[in-house]
Amino acid sequence: MLKKTIIAAAVTASFFSTTAIAAVEVNWWHAMGGTNTERVNKIAADFNALQSDYKINAVYKGNYTETMTAAIAAFRAKKQPHIVQVFEVGTATMMAAKGAVYPIEQVMKDSGVKLDKSSYLPAVISYYQTPAGELLSMPFNSSTPVLWYNKDAFKKAGVENAPKTWSEVTSTAKKLVDSGMKCGIAIGWQSWALIENYSAWNNISLGTKQNGYAGLDTELSFNNKFVIDNLQRLADMQKDGSFTYGGRRGESLAMFTNGQCGMWINSSAYYGSIKGQAKFDYAQAMMPYDEKVTSAAQNSIIGGATLWTLRGHKKEEYKGVAKFMEYLSSAEVQAWWHQETGYVPITTAAYELSKKQGFYDKNPGTDTAIHQLSLNTPTENSRGIRFGSFVQIRDIINAEMEKIWNGSKTAEQAMNDAVTQSNKLLRKFEKANK
Amino acid sequence: MLKRVHYNSSYLPYLLVTPQIIITLLFFIWPALQALYQSFLLEDAFGLSSEFVWFDNFIELYDDPNYLSSFTRTGFFSLAVASLSMGMALLFAALADRVVKGARTYRTLLIIPYAVAPVLAGTLWLFLFNPTLGIISYFLEIIGIDWNHKLNSTQAMSLVIMAAAWKQISYNFLFFIAAMHSIPKSLIEAAAIDGAGPVHRFRTIILPLISPTTFFLLVVNIIYAFFDTFGIIHSMTAGGPGNSTEILVYKVFNDGFVGLDLGGSAAQSVILMVVVILLTVVQFKYVERKVQY
Repeated sequence: MLKKTIIAAAVTASFFSTTAIAAVEVNWWHAMGGTNTERVNKIAADFNALQSDYKINAVYKGNYTETMTAAIAAFRAKKQPHIVQVFEVGTATMMAAKGAVYPIEQVMKDSGVKLDKSSYLPAVISYYQTPAGELLSMPFNSSTPVLWYNKDAFKKAGVENAPKTWSEVTSTAKKLVDSGMKCGIAIGWQSWALIENYSAWNNISLGTKQNGYAGLDTELSFNNKFVIDNLQRLADMQKDGSFTYGGRRGESLAMFTNGQCGMWINSSAYYGSIKGQAKFDYAQAMMPYDEKVTSAAQNSIIGGATLWTLRGHKKEEYKGVAKFMEYLSSAEVQAWWHQETGYVPITTAAYELSKKQGFYDKNPGTDTAIHQLSLNTPTENSRGIRFGSFVQIRDIINAEMEKIWNGSKTAEQAMNDAVTQSNKLLRKFEKANK
Repeated sequence: MLKRVHYNSSYLPYLLVTPQIIITLLFFIWPALQALYQSFLLEDAFGLSSEFVWFDNFIELYDDPNYLSSFTRTGFFSLAVASLSMGMALLFAALADRVVKGARTYRTLLIIPYAVAPVLAGTLWLFLFNPTLGIISYFLEIIGIDWNHKLNSTQAMSLVIMAAAWKQISYNFLFFIAAMHSIPKSLIEAAAIDGAGPVHRFRTIILPLISPTTFFLLVVNIIYAFFDTFGIIHSMTAGGPGNSTEILVYKVFNDGFVGLDLGGSAAQSVILMVVVILLTVVQFKYVERKVQY
């Protein structure tokens, strides 16, 4: 009896190991930490269980910058993965590396897998398309900044609705502080929210050449009156605590969830964290627009990351990539991913499916991000941005904004300096990527 | 007459130093030369195209006011880190040297921080001083100090100095305590019999006798502050607020590994290398004269 079991086990084991060898392996480097690692692993495992021709190996490589740096270093050493997850500000760098990147639309076409671009949310894919419309990378996790607010605090301060414009934000913040709160509003990922998205949402340009889409000889021009005035307004709001600065990234989350600040502008993907941490009634609303610039909001731009395919592998392996991408963007996977993480669904089908499943009825406000992204057809100012060295440019912007917040520069000086320094980097990038 | 061992063969000494030379060439000279070569190149991130641009990367740095101001900042930071960590280590070593009961436990506890990774050390300090959640910032608020290193440049600088110095105290402590142990007990006892108090003994006997160690540590600590602190800064302030904690090596790291500008980053590291070589030469030439071997 025992002997039989052992033989059976050995036979099964050898069977499984041979199928494992037969499957074409595809490596996927990603930057999804924490609970999202498990979700990514589940997607890969589900795909592997579904078919036996290909095997996706999902490997966590650290945060966004670390993953990108690792992939680039691996490429230089000719050990690159097939798929790498790159955040949105790395888009221009990836795009410029024509010899290294295999555009996903091409991958799908070469492998004979259908790609229906019209099924994707326009605001999501327009960020990753060439001016001619070719899709370069597969959108995976996308989010957009929204206005989070503390409903209990609003009630206490006698505020009924979430503010829609920046002057309403100012007066609401004041009321919150007057009602005894330590801080009215905090803002995370400030360059993304207050400069990049502020410009798109109010439909003004961030730089020349269609925000960099039309050429590497682009120049930044966000040192305009509107951006400056809005930043100066926030700087002035600091005096009574109406606005409090809480760090360059998402650190100010704690200030919102512990009830210190009544409002918080940051990514919709913080849904999970807020849900877990906030001990009060909260909601999300659309970002405020600036009524001095426009009478209605345009559409916001995304943050998050896409999956890029790197060159240098065998043809059948790319077929595996294409098959996996097809699976990944299926309505079921996307709807599940969206509902679990708070990232927006990338296809209309996934959105419709979530609607049908009653997700938005059960969790009101979770569709704010999608509404924001698809509020209007994206314009040249609002489809996205494409500037080289943007990781460093964001550092420059962050540093200059901090100089506004601690009073060592006026908003005007800071923005002028940020633009001058950033444009130097753009020129260097242009020269290096001729 | 001096007692000497003579080797007749001429190749043996070379053979004995070969491993050392190979290691130096492989891990120090070769990378340094590569950095030098890279600093003359303008290259895209993937290395698909590169162009020899002579001194463009250096000229660019010279034109960058933020880069120039980071020299004085780095000087201040390094001096502060070196003196704080050496001062504290010396104090701890002097105290631990006098402890009789449980000396081993004290020593072990004092050495532990050395095993903590820089990024982790940064994160620990960040938790303590977090303006919203931190326990120390909470107590500071009680005594009337509004702690917010995210906005206040002076506070941010003090924070990274404290964290960087804390990390190095253990290392310095080890050397100081070893040096103190090697001082003959008879010397100290003789001084004690002559009526010298502990402070007097420390100043006139211990301090001069450990001066070679102090000098060695000074060189090591300056190099540590110049090169090894980017992890702490990256996890604590990322160079902010403004550029107030952006020291030279942090910019090397950030431009190279985060910004993927290898040429610019290499140029900065070449400059940094020259600065540290000069500093070390100066230390050996002038400071070493005060050392009694």
